[in-house]
Amino acid sequence: MSFSKIKFDKKIVLSFWIILIALIIAAPTLLPVFRLNLLGRYLSLSIVALGVDLIWGYTGLLSLGQGIFFALGGYCAAMYLQITSSSEFPNNIPEFFALYGVEKLPFFWEPFRSPIFTFFAIWIIPALIAGLIGFLVFRNRIKGVYFSILTQASLLVFFNFFNGQQKLINGTNGLKTDVTQLFGQMVGSESMQRIFFWITAMLVIAAWFFAKWVIKGRFGNILIGIRDDEPRVRFTGYNPVIFKTIIFSIAGGLAGISGALYTVQSGIVSPQFMTVPFSIEMVIWVAVGGRGTLLGAILGAVFINYAKSLVSEALPASWMFIQGGLFILVVTALPEGVLGWIKGDGPRNLLQRFGLKRKIETYPSLEVNNKEVNNE
Amino acid sequence: MELLFDSLFNGVAIGSVLLVAALGLAIVFGLMGVINLAHGELMMLGAYTTYVTQLIFKLPILKPFYNSYIIVSIFLAFIVSGVVGILLEKTIIRRLYGSPLETLLATWGVSLILQQFVRSVPLAYGTGLVISLIIGLFLPSTFPSKIKESINFKYFKFSTWLFAALTGVLTGSIISSSVSKLSRASARNVDVTAPSWMRGQVEIIGTAFPKTRLMIIVITLISVIAITLFLNQSAWGMRIRAVTQNRQMSDCLGISTEKVDIITFGIGSGLAGVAGVAVSLLGSVGPNVGGNYIVGCFMVVVLGGVGNLLGTVFASFGIGIMTDLIGAGRLLSIWPDMPLPLSNTINFFATTSMARVMIFALIVIFLQFKPTGLFPQKGRMVEN
Repeated sequence: MSFSKIKFDKKIVLSFWIILIALIIAAPTLLPVFRLNLLGRYLSLSIVALGVDLIWGYTGLLSLGQGIFFALGGYCAAMYLQITSSSEFPNNIPEFFALYGVEKLPFFWEPFRSPIFTFFAIWIIPALIAGLIGFLVFRNRIKGVYFSILTQASLLVFFNFFNGQQKLINGTNGLKTDVTQLFGQMVGSESMQRIFFWITAMLVIAAWFFAKWVIKGRFGNILIGIRDDEPRVRFTGYNPVIFKTIIFSIAGGLAGISGALYTVQSGIVSPQFMTVPFSIEMVIWVAVGGRGTLLGAILGAVFINYAKSLVSEALPASWMFIQGGLFILVVTALPEGVLGWIKGDGPRNLLQRFGLKRKIETYPSLEVNNKEVNNE
Repeated sequence: MELLFDSLFNGVAIGSVLLVAALGLAIVFGLMGVINLAHGELMMLGAYTTYVTQLIFKLPILKPFYNSYIIVSIFLAFIVSGVVGILLEKTIIRRLYGSPLETLLATWGVSLILQQFVRSVPLAYGTGLVISLIIGLFLPSTFPSKIKESINFKYFKFSTWLFAALTGVLTGSIISSSVSKLSRASARNVDVTAPSWMRGQVEIIGTAFPKTRLMIIVITLISVIAITLFLNQSAWGMRIRAVTQNRQMSDCLGISTEKVDIITFGIGSGLAGVAGVAVSLLGSVGPNVGGNYIVGCFMVVVLGGVGNLLGTVFASFGIGIMTDLIGAGRLLSIWPDMPLPLSNTINFFATTSMARVMIFALIVIFLQFKPTGLFPQKGRMVEN
């Protein structure tokens, strides 16, 4: 599979960025709070999409369990918020504990009293767990669909765990954050939501630059090598396990940040973040936007979610059909996503089909051979 | 002793549901390398087929045969899910051979569509649609080839599909006018009631077993035996095995790999339908019923080793027995005076959801030692 042969014109990229940044600056004043909040949420989802793109688009690892890390980040943030706002409740512990007759704070809540610990926990804990899961799986050279299945199974495990433990983390109900306090302000209030939108927008750009930095240079080349021909990378003397583990935990860390941002903007974190459909949806954002293109991941996440909310408001039943159709369409007709299609020869081919542009002659057997290699 | 027997039975009962659900998956995934995330939804179609069959057998004409509806529905479910599976193969999966991750995403899309389909289309018309699919796909092959050659093939195909569509609409409207429960779309769960001869319990060696559980074990047993016989004794089974081992070589020797793919996928999907009948006996049937089983099925296939039915059997019974041992806290009753920390740990895991957590951890540990499952395929390849 070859991506991005023709590079975007630099001017187009620059003007795109200027428009994007202008929009982000203007959004809080232009949009009503409800829409702004939605946009902020979708922007935070685009960070997890970047992670998915790094592991799937560049390294070829299709993880169906990014929801784990997303939710873990969310839980870290929510635990901190709950515990700092619990001074008026009995025993100085979050309110829900009283429902289950718990009087002593479970031990793993203690460190979350500290904002500094939480700040690091939000991305380090998901990254560590991702690294552990990844290492155990990659060490045995489990890959391809087996990796996907195992990540999906671990997602289910985490879901069951969080869903079942009422006394530890409020089980199915999840942890609410919108009525908690952060630095003396209500998290759910309008002014705070505006600030969160800013933070999200900046972090999306930071994450984009970070991802760009990751895929640049030798490290990125090895990742792409792993995607295209892993045995060859191994025989050349690199150990794919290390690289795969590192990139998987990077994606986990990004998912954690994304989950924390999403949680404070949606007002709740619950095991629903760890359901199977949500994690697969993350893949489709990247697939539609264009895997192997970082911008595609961001745009895919924002636009598909926006479309989802618009369609679900108008015709609730039809979204599942549209989403299902998108999955099928994107793998059969647009395997490189919208951005990949534009970057590649998509528009030119479309024009050629209608006779608006002349065909370029290519060496015929090259394409034939390529096809055979892909089918192997 | 009695306790052990009880536990073993429970384990086998859980395992047999897993096995019948995973059997089709093991064939499709193990033999073709296709990951079918819509497998759970094919099971759901089987479960809904049972429900529709049950309601149709309540009509005055078929009332005397009501008790046998479950047997009929097993065959119908096999056909319905098999046909939907064949359609899936012909339209989508065929384009994606060799790229399993893409297949995975596409089949997930199919599963979403199927789920929403049963929610928003009245079951009567759904039945009509399935009937027209069956006719449209199979009617052309029943005609002798002489007739097909004498008429233009395109017109021939068109007219059969037209006929099929008409029949489908007709049956759909007949069913919807005669069975009021099926004439409206609903997202609510439905219940399949077992016929009277399957209710109650049977006593074997002093312990009582529910009959539905026994029925599921019987269904599983028959499916496993039938599929083993088919793969090992029939000509098509031999072709399927040949294609599994070496696709290009089989193609060169004149085996139609295209037909083999269709048959394999059809049988795998049909088995999902049979599993749906079994599942419908256990609880209420809803659009999400398949999703509860799909991950467990994949775990069975991974644990058992790909391309090996024996591995699937062992893995599903193993998981079933372990689930019962952990989930019901059986170890505590076998060894009541164990040290406190140990018994606390066992109590912590003694719920259905926590048992799943434990089982998964055990599977991951097991895969550290045997990455290719219980019965791996032998061979020396860099890539598998």
